[in-house]
Amino acid sequence: MPGIREPSSTIQDPPHLDALRAEFPILSRSSRGKPLIYLDSGATTQKPAVVIAAEQEFYAGWNANIHRGVYEFSERATMAYDGTRDTVARFLGGVRDDEIVFVRGTTEAVNLVAQSFLRPRLKSSATVLVSEMEHHANIVPWQLAGAKLVPIPVTDAGELDLDAAGRLLATGPALLAVVHVSNTLGTVNPIAELAAMARQHGVPVLVDGAQAVGHFPVDLTTLGVDFYCFSGHKLFGPTGTGVLWARREHLESMPPYQGGGDMIDRVSFERTTFAAAPHKFEAGTPDIAGVIGMAAAIRWIESHDRAAWEAHDRTLLAAGRELLEGIPGVKLLARPAHSVGVLTFTMTGAHPHDIASILDSEGICIRAGHHCTQPLHARFGVPATARASFGPYTSLGELNALVLGLHKVREIFG
Amino acid sequence: MATMNEMYQSIIIEHDRSPRNFRVIETPTHHAEGRNPLCGDEVSLDLVVSPDGVITDVAFQGSGCAVSKASSSMLTMAVKGKTVTEALELFEQFHAMLTGKDADQSALGKLVAFQGLGVYPMRVKCATMGWHVLKEALAQE
Repeated sequence: MPGIREPSSTIQDPPHLDALRAEFPILSRSSRGKPLIYLDSGATTQKPAVVIAAEQEFYAGWNANIHRGVYEFSERATMAYDGTRDTVARFLGGVRDDEIVFVRGTTEAVNLVAQSFLRPRLKSSATVLVSEMEHHANIVPWQLAGAKLVPIPVTDAGELDLDAAGRLLATGPALLAVVHVSNTLGTVNPIAELAAMARQHGVPVLVDGAQAVGHFPVDLTTLGVDFYCFSGHKLFGPTGTGVLWARREHLESMPPYQGGGDMIDRVSFERTTFAAAPHKFEAGTPDIAGVIGMAAAIRWIESHDRAAWEAHDRTLLAAGRELLEGIPGVKLLARPAHSVGVLTFTMTGAHPHDIASILDSEGICIRAGHHCTQPLHARFGVPATARASFGPYTSLGELNALVLGLHKVREIFG
Repeated sequence: MATMNEMYQSIIIEHDRSPRNFRVIETPTHHAEGRNPLCGDEVSLDLVVSPDGVITDVAFQGSGCAVSKASSSMLTMAVKGKTVTEALELFEQFHAMLTGKDADQSALGKLVAFQGLGVYPMRVKCATMGWHVLKEALAQE
């Protein structure tokens, strides 16, 4: 088609990309009869074969409940499940393994902290400092716990207003709860800087790391925060898994979140005492296979060159911004200076859902809507946006297909 | 692009660009609002129903995708002048068509433009949102 800009021939996919893509069985599938072009890794990442195999192997080979039996398979399941704490602790820069709590995902981690950490400390007028770019999962749990929310403003560039953050921290909120990487803008927030500011005012810090851990290494020994949450499924692992990391002193002082089996020390009808953290926060039989799958995902990540992934992500983002802005009527929501590979945009005359449906007919998967960030959309004055988000397996060819697809949208909605 | 052309028939694109009865009725006899929490689409519907049960005026406001906007626009044209019973029966037929059941094509008239949506279950709710709001509005006494 004339007049359509394609990625410059001077940029190329890195040499490792073909081999990396071959590790993901789904990437050779079709969608709507076309080769799958998956540009929704911000919603969930695809899973490499080793992760799928790890879950399958557990169920087929040594499925048993944990912390119950003395027999071989139960022992093996227990070792693999609890051993994943070591894997996660190492992955997070070398924190203590007894600071790792397994949860269903980032959402449950935030709810756990809201109910077990914040609620008991909440005085009638207490506030939680959040930001305008928070996901609903870092808004609603605090409201349920009874807190009043005060948001740190987001600039037109899609970045946090750090001067405002400093002023708001000085007002003495009960907690700062902030996202590491915005799922809508891609912005990478300066967490270490924010945490240092919060520490000056004695404000504890929770970080929603759901979009961060799959994109770059996170070192909790230097970040200076109190709580860090993420989901396994955005980390090439299974859905229904996630991690809450918290400083040991917090975990020790916090009451249990849910009651049940596996979280107790001794139970009677008169009085129950609880197991030590992290077990007191893990009531009931957990997603054992999922946690084993998450461990496989982390080991898989650690076996790859993450710096090369990051460089490729930056290449895709720069090319994607340029290409999308070359399409008539397409407008990026913002262009934060420090961002992961997320392109969130609107197109004059075409609603994001219609954009997504037309791309879907080409086998291209993107997200349309408010992406669980309604306050951020309100701040930018748009009800909905379209979002293409990259994984390390995303190719320049897929980016090109997106651009061609958007020209088809243009044809239909002219 | 065959399936896309079925989904985005020119009449749908045209109603998206120039929605009919896109206004507020100052003194409606019936009113309801609907929202799709998954996508944030919103529609608000005003109706004037005569004492003998005829819809004499109907208008809508809202924001949403081409499918939901065109569907609400075509809804207002389809039900104006009909009795409440006839309008609700029309919704039954419309819903039947979108969910792959036997529908009375002759009764649906221009609404058959939405037939292509049936193969996209995730988008059916875009076309039915305005109709659900209509049903809710008419249920109020």
